[in-house]
Order: sequence, then C-alpha cells, then structure tokens
Amino acid sequence: MEFHIASSTEEVCGLLAEDPTREILAGGTDFMVEVNFRHKDPSAVIAIDRVPELKQWRHDGDAVSIGSCVTYREIERGPLSTIVPALAQSARTVGSPQIRNVATIGGNLGTASPAGDMIPVLLALDAKVIIRSIDGSREVSIDELITGVKETSLADNEFIEKIRVPILRGPQEFLKVGPRNAMVISIASLAMVTDLERSAIAIALGSVTAAPSKAREAEAYIQDFLDWNVMTVESSALPNFRRLVGEASSPINDHRSSATYRKHAVGVLGQRALLRIFESRDDG
Amino acid sequence: MDKDNSSIEYSLSVNGNSHEISKSWLGESLLYVLREELGLYGSKNACEQGECGSCSVLMDGVLACSCLVLAANATGRNIETIESLSDDDSLTVVQEAFIETGAVQCGFCTPGLLVTIHDFLETNPEPNVLEIREAISGNLCRCTGYGRIVEAVQIASKQKSTGQGGDDVSS
Ligand SMILES: Cc1cc2nc3c(=O)[nH]c(=O)nc-3n(C[C@H](O)[C@H](O)[C@H](O)COP(=O)(O)OP(=O)(O)OC[C@H]3O[C@@H](n4cnc5c(N)ncnc54)[C@H](O)[C@@H]3O)c2cc1C
Ligand code: FES
Ligand code: FES
Repeated sequence: MEFHIASSTEEVCGLLAEDPTREILAGGTDFMVEVNFRHKDPSAVIAIDRVPELKQWRHDGDAVSIGSCVTYREIERGPLSTIVPALAQSARTVGSPQIRNVATIGGNLGTASPAGDMIPVLLALDAKVIIRSIDGSREVSIDELITGVKETSLADNEFIEKIRVPILRGPQEFLKVGPRNAMVISIASLAMVTDLERSAIAIALGSVTAAPSKAREAEAYIQDFLDWNVMTVESSALPNFRRLVGEASSPINDHRSSATYRKHAVGVLGQRALLRIFESRDDG
Repeated sequence: MDKDNSSIEYSLSVNGNSHEISKSWLGESLLYVLREELGLYGSKNACEQGECGSCSVLMDGVLACSCLVLAANATGRNIETIESLSDDDSLTVVQEAFIETGAVQCGFCTPGLLVTIHDFLETNPEPNVLEIREAISGNLCRCTGYGRIVEAVQIASKQKSTGQGGDDVSS
C-alpha cells in the first residue's frame, strides 16, 4: 500500500515509469465514488492535485492552455469564462458548488464518460490534449483520446498534462438536458461554437454517443442557410437541421432516458443553440 | 510517503488539532476518518457519492464533500468541520435563524447546510434568493422543501449586515 503526493509533473512521470499500475487521483469526485461503492480498491495512488503546473492556465498563442487540475470553479468564473465561454457555461452545469470546487477538467477526460460535460465543448473547439510520460509529450484530439464509453487511449505510464483550447472570435453555446436543474448528469447535451474569421460553425454532442462526436452533416447543411454578415439563418432550414442533429446521435436506453427522447432532445438543443447565435429570417 | 504493505500513516489537521492516523485501508474517505476515528459525528453520511452535501467540510477554506476526499490526501490541509463553528454553547447568527424559521426538521442535513451557508455568507454577505438557492444546491433536504432554509439565510444575512453597519459608522 502506498500513497504519493506529487509536487511536479516530472515526479508524476517518474512515479508512473517506476510502476505504471499506480493510479492517478485528481479531485476525487469520480475516483472516490468508485472506492466508496467498492468498485475500486486502490493500493497505490499518486495524488496530482497539488502539482502547481497542473493547476494553472495561461495564454498560449491564439489558444489557452488549461492544466489538467484546473477546477470547474476556476473555469466558470474569472478570465476563462470570457476566453472560452462555452466551457464556462458547461462548467456551471456540473454537480454542485462542493463538486465544482474540487473536480477537474482532466478528471472529466480521464473518466471519459459519454455524459462528461467538458467533452462536447472541447471537441467542438478542436481542443488538443497534451499527454505526458517519461518518454516526453504527445498531442491528441479529444476523439483520439476518448475511444469509447469510459475508454481512453492513455497508456498506463501516461497522464493528461494540459488541454490546449483555441480562442475563437464568435458566439458559443453549451446546452444540457437533465431531469432537474441542479446537480444533474446530462441526458443530452450539445456544444455549438462559431469562428467569425472563417465563417465556420462546429457542433458536438454529449450523452448521445458512445465516443465523442460531431454533427458533421448538420454543420455542412446549415452553412448554405447562414448569413455571416448579419448573423441570420433561414427559418425554412430549421426542421432539416434539427433532424440532422438528431441523426448524428446514436443514443442508448438507460435508467436516465430512452433513446428516442435523447435523439429528439439533442435536435431541439441544436435548434435552440442555433437560434441563440443566429436570428431567424423568413425569406429564402 | 512510501509505505510498507500493511498500513499507511499520515497526519490530519482538523479544527486546529493535529491527529496521527494509521490505517490499514488506503481507500478510506475523510468522512469515515472524521466520524469513526476522530469521533467527530457532526459531519453526516447520507450517500457517499457527493449528492447530498451532508458531509460538507472546508479544506483550506474550500467547501468540499468529505466523502469524496481520500483521507490520506487531506494531510497538510487545514480541515474545518461543523464542530468548529463555535467553541462554547453559544449559537451563530445562522443557527439562530435556522431555529427562528423552523429550518431544522429531522436535522440530518443541518450540519452540512450550516457549513455551506457560513462559507457562502463570508464571500457573499448580501445574496439574493437565486444566489442562495444556487449556493445550497449541493445540500439535499428531504424535509423542509428549502423555503425555511432560504428564509433563514436571508434573516442571517440581514442580521450580519446590520451588525457590520454599526462598525462602518466608526470609519
Ligand atoms: C455529485 C456529483 C455530480 C457530478 N456531476 C457531473 C456533471 O454534471 N457533469 C459531469 O461531466 N460530471 C459530473 N460529475 C463527475 C465528476 O465530477 C467529473 O467527471 C469530474 O470532472 C472528475 O474530475 P476529478 O478531478 O474529480 O477526477 P478524479 O475522480 O480524481 O479522477 C477521475 C478519473 O480520471 C483519472 N484522472 C484524473 N486526472 C487525470 C490526469 N490528469 N491524467 C490521467 N488520468 C486522470 C483518474 O485516475 C480517475 O480514473 C459529478 C460527480 C459527482 C460526485
Ligand atoms: S455523504 Fe458526502 S455528499 Fe452525501
Ligand atoms: S431537515 Fe430533514 S433532511 Fe433536512
């Protein structure tokens, strides 16, 4: 039985190289639920939540680099809330104040739940995850990191160091449906981000697919009906758009919701997000 | 903190007192150690999954669910539990307000709520109803329907600000 409180990323690399079965502990909000319910019996743990580099974020060219141990509390307020607004919107919907105070963005990716609320936003933004090990760093996209339900491509000796998130000029939205308003795991969620420089729109879905995925057909379809100069959308395109967003999902039935409802809900979220960003116009 | 195979040792600072802990299971939560090892039964266990907030404590001044803290990882941190609220029999303004509005019924949620509300009023002394509801959204109460709790926070906030008003005059 052993427990390590790491104080630098080099130390984390070394500890994992020495024994790759050692488990990473960040905020503990997923980890400890598993332990408390005896789904996990840890015998060798590395706590990374006191590593200064991992707790910081900083500007990095036209992106912002967010350390894996940055908490939701930090993302939802302060400068990050205006730099990456959809990420902040998403962070505000997570759990409760007690959870957001300690739970981290890296832990959300480490758990890799389809309901992880950071995931659709990071995917829509084309964020890159910087993975570290004793052998160096490698950079992957969100869908390269998360390969299935609670599955990642992390090797045993690797950990998530930081997430590099592009800073885009243009409105962003994150919307989530759950059974109640507070403290809720999502049934369906959707992130929509725009890039005014390139007149581009990206849409990613949460809780309705096993691995992170974008609504690519809906993205391509709606482009023809958008006027980027005045930020309007042709209203006649909305039913098809809603249908295409729904069809990009492949939801499951579970105790939280039926697949039919999830598919419907995510289409509605797509339309709602679109109409928050683009004003509807009737003529063709 | 490398350990032999049989036990793990660490120290915890709780309400200003230092405790040496020796444990045979690494997975133990801070909540478990507070209650079963240190006899601090004020923090309640109602879910062990972060949903109810009845185990709320402050760790280095940050509100957290003690059931989701690996006890060994609380070492080197300043832990404050409900027991630290007052050191004699006197009640805080928030506790008085809870009594006044009848915000305590079965009482199971009360310690967690008190820790949460004391922390909240420190940073937001004059909150509106929406802010109060958001602040207590991690504390479940099965009895009161929250109306009396929200009312108690409003009363406590007023009481505190009139108290501070007196101080302001002197400047
Ligand atoms: C009451 C409650 C409500 C919740 N509500 C929501 C919600 O609304 N939305 C949501 O998305 N989630 C929610 N969660 C889940 C959880 O809070 C998040 O997934 C959180 O981001 C996990 O972060 P953590 O720091 O607590 O991770 P931990 O629990 O410390 O770790 C989670 C997993 O990731 C691994 N890990 C952590 N950091 C790294 C790293 N840097 N590199 C590699 N692996 C790593 C760990 O080994 C572990 O397997 C909720 C949890 C609770 C208890
Ligand atoms: S016992 Fe910790 S939140 Fe319920
Ligand atoms: S008074 Fe009974 S749970 Fe709140």
